[in-house]
Amino acid sequence: MSNYKDLSPREAYGKILTELGEINPDIVVLDADLSRSTMTKYFAQAYPGRFIQCGLTEQNMIGIAAGLASCGKIPFASTFAVFASSRCFDQLRMSVAQPNLNVKIVATHGGISVGEDGASHQAIEDIGMYCLLPNFKVIVPADAIETIEVIKAAVFIKGPFYIRLGRPRVPALYSESYKFKLGIADVLTNGSDATIIATGIMVAKAMAAAENLAGSGINCRVLNMSTIKPVDKNAIIAAAGETGAIVTVEEHLLHGGLGSIVAQILSFNYPVPLESIGLNDIYCKSGKPEELLDLYGLNSIEIENAVKRVINRKGKKTYTKLQ
Amino acid sequence: MNDYSITELESIAKKLRRHVITMISAAGSGHPGGSLSAADIVTALYFKVLRHNPADPHWSDRDRFVLSKGHAAPILYAALAESGYFPIEWLSRLRKTDSCLQGHTDSNMTPGVDASAGSLGQGLSIGIGMAIAAKLDGKSYHTFVLLGDGECDEGQVWEAALAGPNLKVDNLTAVVDYNKLQLDGFTKDIMNLEPFIEKWKSFKWNVIEIDGHNMAQIVETLLKARNNQDNPTVIIAHTIKGKGVSFMENNVDFHGRAPNKEETEQALKELA
Repeated sequence: MSNYKDLSPREAYGKILTELGEINPDIVVLDADLSRSTMTKYFAQAYPGRFIQCGLTEQNMIGIAAGLASCGKIPFASTFAVFASSRCFDQLRMSVAQPNLNVKIVATHGGISVGEDGASHQAIEDIGMYCLLPNFKVIVPADAIETIEVIKAAVFIKGPFYIRLGRPRVPALYSESYKFKLGIADVLTNGSDATIIATGIMVAKAMAAAENLAGSGINCRVLNMSTIKPVDKNAIIAAAGETGAIVTVEEHLLHGGLGSIVAQILSFNYPVPLESIGLNDIYCKSGKPEELLDLYGLNSIEIENAVKRVINRKGKKTYTKLQ
Repeated sequence: MNDYSITELESIAKKLRRHVITMISAAGSGHPGGSLSAADIVTALYFKVLRHNPADPHWSDRDRFVLSKGHAAPILYAALAESGYFPIEWLSRLRKTDSCLQGHTDSNMTPGVDASAGSLGQGLSIGIGMAIAAKLDGKSYHTFVLLGDGECDEGQVWEAALAGPNLKVDNLTAVVDYNKLQLDGFTKDIMNLEPFIEKWKSFKWNVIEIDGHNMAQIVETLLKARNNQDNPTVIIAHTIKGKGVSFMENNVDFHGRAPNKEETEQALKELA
């Protein structure tokens, strides 16, 4: 367990799945010809009888997982996030979400940090699509340790899960003592000037931004919103009430993702100035992950700027800037 | 297994067909054609072939049945009610807001329904998952999947057709209700499936062709398929859409339309 911290989230997924597979014989793993990238290969090597190679039949894979779950198995189905969402959306809806089956979709290579493979392989709609499906729980872990905790939770909590992991390594945020709680945002730092709500690989960037801002006297609360659905409404409303301004940060389209969800909760319950960082109705290019994140404004500098803007809007009743 | 004779099974099939007509007529909407074409197959399954226990719909050793062509829900509901899964009176509430009998099958709402369906092409994959689960658990239950012919236009059916033999699910039997009609017309005109037998053979399935209205042949073939120990079996059942009601037979109009009052009376007279 001690070496998990330095792994990429998908490596950590492959390792913990294999450990859990030893304890729980009901765990069955499916992959669509990407086990060497999703890291389900470790499970396949350890338990070949419980690994189902589906080839490039993602729709069929979701159906097989549904059939297994209806017979009491705990299927984990993995592929890249693009193929785990839009490629098989109707199967997720009809075969998994509607019958509310115990299927766990763990997708890797989410977001634009896939990098060089380009737009076809950059899942930027997946979180929104999964959030649309009743019964699904949607989780985006922030690092390897949180990934481990989320996978453990998915084994024990019944019902369909979508867990989105990235391709690259990410800075370690958590120590081994971290305990993930489904639907509860984790407060990483506290502050009263504004709240940054981030998810996935953007949490580390939010932390970096908060540190820089603290240097110039701006104290932010940082929430790791790893559970996108069911989202932690209480934490969002408390942040609005206690800090008066919110910035959301995600590696996803602005529409349908964390920013949209937070905007809806604020406008229903406690309207305060909100700025959202994400992708604004565009597909992105090929390139190195960090270069792409900079190119599309998903970095700590943009987060700092958004925090300054949102604080400046506090107490003002008319706004001219269109987002 | 029940010990109904072939004559008795034929009589049950007729009763189920009457239920289909009265249910859809009362609902004012539904799909009579595909329910009637599948009536003899579904009767053979529920009253002769399946190992099941209507008093315990979740019995873990039961044979599984996936109605992939979910719009034929009425014939399944009729079979479930006559088997004792729920009262016959429930059938009159098909498609009503206070009923658990949905327009298309819903596994969470109806006792005895093993899989939700309605968006076509998904049942064979689900059946493969059930068959793999049986092997992993060392259970001897068999999984049957009923597909429509129009449904076989869907790409996922062919993903599953490819996967079945690769994943060695010899404890799975698919039945295609080959009634030659889909919503917009004859399958040969809309999206020709032929050469259909050869397609399944080339995908490495055991293919058996039968008359889907010959009860003795249906029963014999289903029992043979469940004991097969090689590749999965697909039974291509040649059927007639709307079978049993003269004016519905081979009539595309009754794919998805309820009979009116006069048509209902006429149909029930023919099925008496």
